[in-house]
Amino acid sequence: MARIIVVTSGKGGVGKTTTSAAIAMGLAKRGHKTAVIDFDVGLRNLDLIMGCERRVVYDFINVINGEASLNQALIKDKNCPQLHILAASQTRDKDALSQEGVGKVLEDLSKDFKYIVCDSPAGIERGAHLAMYFADDAFVVTNPEVSSVRDSDRMLGILSSKSRRAEENKEPIKEYLLLTRYSPERVKLGEMLSVDDVQEILSLHLLGVIPESKSVLNASNSGMPVILDEKSDAGQAYADIVARYLGENKPHRFIEDKKGFFGKLFGGK
Amino acid sequence: MSLLDYFKISKTSSASLAKERLQILVAHERVSHDQPSYLPQLQKELLDVIQKYVNVDENAISVSFEQDEHQETLELNITLPDQHKTF
Ligand SMILES: Nc1ncnc2c1ncn2[C@@H]1O[C@H](COP(=O)(O)OP(=O)(O)O)[C@@H](O)[C@H]1O
Ligand SMILES: [Mg+2]
Repeated sequence: MARIIVVTSGKGGVGKTTTSAAIAMGLAKRGHKTAVIDFDVGLRNLDLIMGCERRVVYDFINVINGEASLNQALIKDKNCPQLHILAASQTRDKDALSQEGVGKVLEDLSKDFKYIVCDSPAGIERGAHLAMYFADDAFVVTNPEVSSVRDSDRMLGILSSKSRRAEENKEPIKEYLLLTRYSPERVKLGEMLSVDDVQEILSLHLLGVIPESKSVLNASNSGMPVILDEKSDAGQAYADIVARYLGENKPHRFIEDKKGFFGKLFGGK
Repeated sequence: MSLLDYFKISKTSSASLAKERLQILVAHERVSHDQPSYLPQLQKELLDVIQKYVNVDENAISVSFEQDEHQETLELNITLPDQHKTF
């Protein structure tokens, strides 16, 4: 049986796809057979971030409609044989995803994979709903910013009431906070909500903080999940998150402003 | 950041303002998000009816909706003025 992880947020542009790509790669690199699915019907993006955009032949909807088998549609990652990608359809038909169809695909994948990562679209419409409906774990991606925190809280309400686990009265989805695009310097200046502030409002278990980092754009430019950039701060932050998720005890990093006393005195950037 | 800037950080930084606004909003939305959409209209119409008979202002009435496994409860609270004057 696979563990199904939804990467969700409510708000768009906060880092869900970046996170989905990174943690799927991280889990696979540790030897766990992992599938990552793009639920953003009409706005396929995960393929670009994973660098497999030219190898997409069949997509998620093709599988649901029986136009292709799962094996035909799954794209094996070029860097890691344990990782497989299922691309979103570019159809403009919003109803193309059906609950039954999604459930069947996840069930089939569960036989073969250890982890299934669902990259949710923004919003609370059909795609976002189906991405979270079957989940066991939810990674709630939040930016330290008012609208993102509010939307995350809204999403938490939906996770606890509208999921399969909720409807079947099972143990609720495990929810984790991933605070991304964090700038310790700006927090120190009182310009940005701190980790503690966000945790106090959302009361979620913190899986990790990902700093605002140039390496994320570099990674997406080259179609390599940022976790493969092992020297980068964001890459290390995601590696920590994967380790913590797998039960390792890693102290949190990237929360404090690293600049030393002299940096502060002489006004480094 | 210079040493001088260091002391300029006041308690009312924009981040603390953000936090305060969020705390209020989130607390409110957590109780109200599952409420039926007719509630505000219901509240307004009830107020209109009550105001025909009693001189109350709009804050005198509160409608709340609760839901558990077994039932849905609509609770209506009207605070009458000390000496309620009838028209
Ligand atoms: N930690 C980060 N540092 C800098 N930029 C980031 C970071 N995380 C995400 N981004 C950028 O934010 C934008 C949105 O990210 P994306 O993962 O596509 O968000 P979503 O899937 O939630 O819409 C992208 O341009 C991405 O490069
Ligand atoms: Mg996305």
